[in-house]
Amino acid sequence: MAHAYTPGLKVTQEAVLKKRRRLPLLGEVLVKEGEEVTPETVVARTELPGNPHTVAVHQILGIEPEHLPECMVVKPGDKVAKGQIIAKYAAFFGLMKRDAKSPIDGVVEVISPVTGQVTLREPAIPVQISAYIKGKVAEVLPQEGVVIETKGAFIQGIFGVGGERQGVVKIAVDSADAVLTPELIGPDCQGKIVVGGSLVTGAALKKAAEVGAAGVVAGGIIDTDLIELLGYDIGVAITGHEDIPITLIITEGFGRIRMADKTFSLLKAVDGETASINGATQIRAGVMRPEIIVPGHQPKNKADTQDLAEGMTPGTPIRIIREPYFGMLAEVVELPPELVVIETEAKVRILKAKLADGRVVTIPRANVEIIEG
Amino acid sequence: MSETTAKYKLDREINSILATDCGSTTTKAILIEKMDGVYRLIVRGEAPTTVEAPFEDVTMGARNAIREIEELVGKSLLSEDGVITPRRDEKTGVDIYLSTSSAGGGLQMMVAGVVKSMTAESAQRAALGAGAIVMDTIAIDDGRKPHQKIERIRHLRPDMILLSGGIDGGTVSHVAELAELIAAAEPKPRLGIGFKLPIIYAGNIDARTHMKNILGEKVDLRIVDNLRPVLEKEVLGPAREEIHNLFMEHVMAQAPGYNRLMQWTEIPIMPTPGAVGICIQNTGEQYGLDIVGVDIGGATTDVFSSVGGVFNRTVSANLGMSYSICNVLLEAGVANIMRWVPFDIDEGDLRNRIRNKMIRPTTIPQTLEELIIEQAISREALRLAFEHHKSLATGLKGVQIQRSMADLVNQTGSGASLIDMMNLGILVGSGGVLSHAPRRIQAVMMLLDAFLPEGVTRLAVDSIFMMPQLGVLATVHPKASAEVFDRDCLIRLGTAIAPVGQARFGEACLTVDVTMPDGRMVKGSAAYGEIKSIPLAEGEKAEVEIHVTRSFDVGRGRGAALRTQVEGGVGGIILDARGRQPFGLPEDKAGRIAKLVEWIKSLDVYPIDVFEKLVK
Repeated sequence: MAHAYTPGLKVTQEAVLKKRRRLPLLGEVLVKEGEEVTPETVVARTELPGNPHTVAVHQILGIEPEHLPECMVVKPGDKVAKGQIIAKYAAFFGLMKRDAKSPIDGVVEVISPVTGQVTLREPAIPVQISAYIKGKVAEVLPQEGVVIETKGAFIQGIFGVGGERQGVVKIAVDSADAVLTPELIGPDCQGKIVVGGSLVTGAALKKAAEVGAAGVVAGGIIDTDLIELLGYDIGVAITGHEDIPITLIITEGFGRIRMADKTFSLLKAVDGETASINGATQIRAGVMRPEIIVPGHQPKNKADTQDLAEGMTPGTPIRIIREPYFGMLAEVVELPPELVVIETEAKVRILKAKLADGRVVTIPRANVEIIEG
Repeated sequence: MSETTAKYKLDREINSILATDCGSTTTKAILIEKMDGVYRLIVRGEAPTTVEAPFEDVTMGARNAIREIEELVGKSLLSEDGVITPRRDEKTGVDIYLSTSSAGGGLQMMVAGVVKSMTAESAQRAALGAGAIVMDTIAIDDGRKPHQKIERIRHLRPDMILLSGGIDGGTVSHVAELAELIAAAEPKPRLGIGFKLPIIYAGNIDARTHMKNILGEKVDLRIVDNLRPVLEKEVLGPAREEIHNLFMEHVMAQAPGYNRLMQWTEIPIMPTPGAVGICIQNTGEQYGLDIVGVDIGGATTDVFSSVGGVFNRTVSANLGMSYSICNVLLEAGVANIMRWVPFDIDEGDLRNRIRNKMIRPTTIPQTLEELIIEQAISREALRLAFEHHKSLATGLKGVQIQRSMADLVNQTGSGASLIDMMNLGILVGSGGVLSHAPRRIQAVMMLLDAFLPEGVTRLAVDSIFMMPQLGVLATVHPKASAEVFDRDCLIRLGTAIAPVGQARFGEACLTVDVTMPDGRMVKGSAAYGEIKSIPLAEGEKAEVEIHVTRSFDVGRGRGAALRTQVEGGVGGIILDARGRQPFGLPEDKAGRIAKLVEWIKSLDVYPIDVFEKLVK
C-alpha cells in the first residue's frame, strides 16, 4: 500500500492557500488578475435560466393538442404577465367560451401541438459568487471564475456541517479539554466563530445559534446532538449545504475528545482575528475537509513547520483514530517493516507508539494519523 | 467462467496482459501471463487514484500501480507515452493493456420513462446494467407534479439521461411531454462546463421527430432502438451500448487525464460495475446455475444476478462500509445491527463508533469486538442491498400472463421478483469486508446471514477484487479471463444446505449422507436451530443425499430427499438448519446471544480465546 496511514489534517500557522471559485454555468468574471478582494467581493456572476412552468392548456380549453396553436393569443418569445390570457377557445357560435391564463410573469417558450402544453419561463435568476477569503486574484478562469490566493493560518477539521461564513475567532474555553457549554456563550458571541475544547454540547450549539454566532469549532460532538441540530440524521458523509444558522466544525471526531493541543494553540493564537470557515465535508476520493482560514495571520514563531515528505519516523506525534485507544495522542516509537498478526487475526503493518501515560502500545498504521504542521 | 465470444477481435497472439481498474480511492493493476499454456495472474500492484485535486490526472495513479508491478517482476512496462504495447521482448511491454474505471464518481445517470413500473423501470435496468448509478427515475405517473420534476432535473447534474416511453406505434404525447419537461429544465452535465448534456432516446420510434424538434437544439441527442418495442419484450442492448459509447466520448473525455489513458488502450475503457457484471454473467453460464454476486464497497453496494439467462444489476448508492456506513445505521436501525452482535454494547457508544468510521474510512478493526461490530453492520448493508435488488430484478410488469391450473396454487403476478432463493445456485461475494475477512469462514457467515440462501447454494468470494479487470478482458480474450477467474480470482468457500421451514429448537431437521471424493461415506445431521460443517476441501467435490423431516423443504418439496453434487471450500459442506421463512434468530436478548455464540463456536468463526473473554 502506498499510504499505510492517514495523512492527517493540516494545522499550520502559515500557509499559501489557493481557492478556486467557479460558477455553475458559464458567465462573466468581474475581477482582474492581481486585484485585492475581501470575502464579500463578488468575483463572477451568471444567470440561471428562470424556472419553467408547464401549463396543460389543451385540458383547460378542452381541445385536442393539435388545435392548440390556433387557440393561442401569444407566441413564443412574447412576454406575459401573471393572469394574462394566453389562449382562448370558443364553440357553439361563441356561446361556450374558455380561456387559459398565465400563472407567472415570464416569457412564452414553447407551444406544443404534440402534448397540448405551453411552457412559460420566469425571468432569469442571477447567480453570483463571492471571493470567500481575503486575498488577491491569482488567476482568472475566463467565463468560469477565479482562483483566489491568500497567505495565513489554515486549520482543517475532521467533519463539519453548514457552509461558508466569516467571523472573528473567539476562544470561549480555557483548555483543549474543556467542554463548551451554554454558560460560556453570551451576546458578545454574535457574528463570532466560537471555539470550544473537547466537546460542544447540544445546548451550547442551540445557544450559539440563538445569539447569532457565525460558527462553532470544537473537538467533538455527541451523535444525537448533531441530529438535533440538523433535524435529521446524516447518512452519507457529504455536507456543506445544510439549512442551519451556524457552521459547525469538529476537529477530532464523535464523542468527547480533547482537541489536539496544536490545533487549540493555533486557534488561541488567532483569537480576535477574522477567519473564513466552511463546514463542507466530503469523504470520498478527493477528500474535502472543513476548514478555518485566517488570512494575513502573522506567526509569532515559525518553529512548527514539520517536513512530512518522509512520512512517519520515530518521534512523530500522532493521534490514534480507532478503538481501543481512540482519540489518544501518542508518539511513534518503532515502525517494524514486517506484517504483524493483530487480535482480529488480520495481518497488517503496525507501529509501536508511546501514549501520554507512558504505555507503549501496538497499533495498525491505518489507525493513526500524523498531527501535521 | 465460460468462454463466451469476444466482442473485440485481436489479430495477434496474446501472452501477456496488463489491466487496471481505476477505482474511486485505489487504482489496481494486474499482470496476467500465459504459463505452460494456461493464463495465470502473475502479480498485482496498487496505488491511490489521482483523479481529484491536487493531481487531477488519472494516469499518475495508473502509472504508480503499474510501476509497482514493474518492480515486482523486473520488467519494463511503461514508456513516456503510456503502457508499452505490443510486447517488444521478454522484459519489455505487454501484448495488450485494458482498463475499467469508476473514479470521479463513476457514471451518474438519470432515467425517464412514461410509466414508472414499465418503460421507466426498463430504462433503469438498462442504465444499471451498463454500470451507472441512477440518480433519479422520472415518470409521468411518479406522483410528482410537473414543476417538481423540472426542479429535480435542474437540480441534478447527471452525466447523461436515458429517455424511454411508449411502445413502437403507440401514443407519442406522453413521451413528448417528458421530453418537454427535460427541455424546460435545461439540464447541464456534471462535467465539462459549457457542454451539452447527452440524452439517449430509446422510446417509441414514431416520436423520434418530435424528440429532435423538442430536444435537438438544447442537448446532445442520440437515438437508439426502443427499450420496449412491444409490451412483452425488453431490448436493453442498444441503449446499453450507447451508454458505454457516451461514457467514453463524454464522461471519460471530460475526466482529468482520461484522454491520455484512453490513448494507452485500444479497447474502450469500461465502467467498473459493467465489467463486473460481465464476469458474474459468464460465471453463471459456466456453471449453468442461477447466480447472485455482490460487491460491497465503502460508498455503494452493487448486486448482480443472472437468473435463467436474465441479467440484472442494482446499485445501492448509499449502502457501504465507510463513506455511507451511517446510512446503513439509518436504514437498518440500531436494533437490526445489534441482533448480530453476541455481546452487550451501549447504543450511544455504537453510534459514535459508526460515525467515527465514516469520517475516518481507512481505519481497520484492531480488536475482535470492533471486527464483530463491523461484520454485523455489513450483514445489514448486504441484506438491504439484496432487498433492493430483488425489488428491481423482476419480470416485465403490465404483461398479460396465461395461467394454468398449477398457477392457482402458486400464483405470482407479472413483475414478480426473478430471484428465487431456492433455485439460486451460486452466491459470490466481493469487497473489502468479505474478501479481507481474517478468517474466510467469517465471509461464509456474513453471506449466509445477509442473503439467507435456501436449499443447496455454493458460496465463493473474489480473492483480491479483480472481477472488473477480468470482465473487460472477457470482451477481448474470454479464454484468458475464464482461466484466471477460475484459478486465481474465485475462492470457493463451500456449499450451504439450508432447508426452508420452522420447528422447535432441537427438533430433527436435516441429515446428509456424503460420498467423499475418496469414496468414504460420511454422515451428518443438524437439528433445528443448529449450524454445522462437514469438512470438504477447496477443489474437492462430493455427492450428497439430503434428507429433511416433514416440516422442511430443501428443493424437492416438504420432507422430500435430494441427491446432488456439492463443492468444497473453507466452510466445507455447511448444514444450516437455522430455519428459513422465517430465519430462526430468537427475539429475546439472552436467547439471541446464546444462539449467536453457539453458531460462532460451531463453525469456529472467531479466535476462541479472545471471543470467550469478550462474551463473558
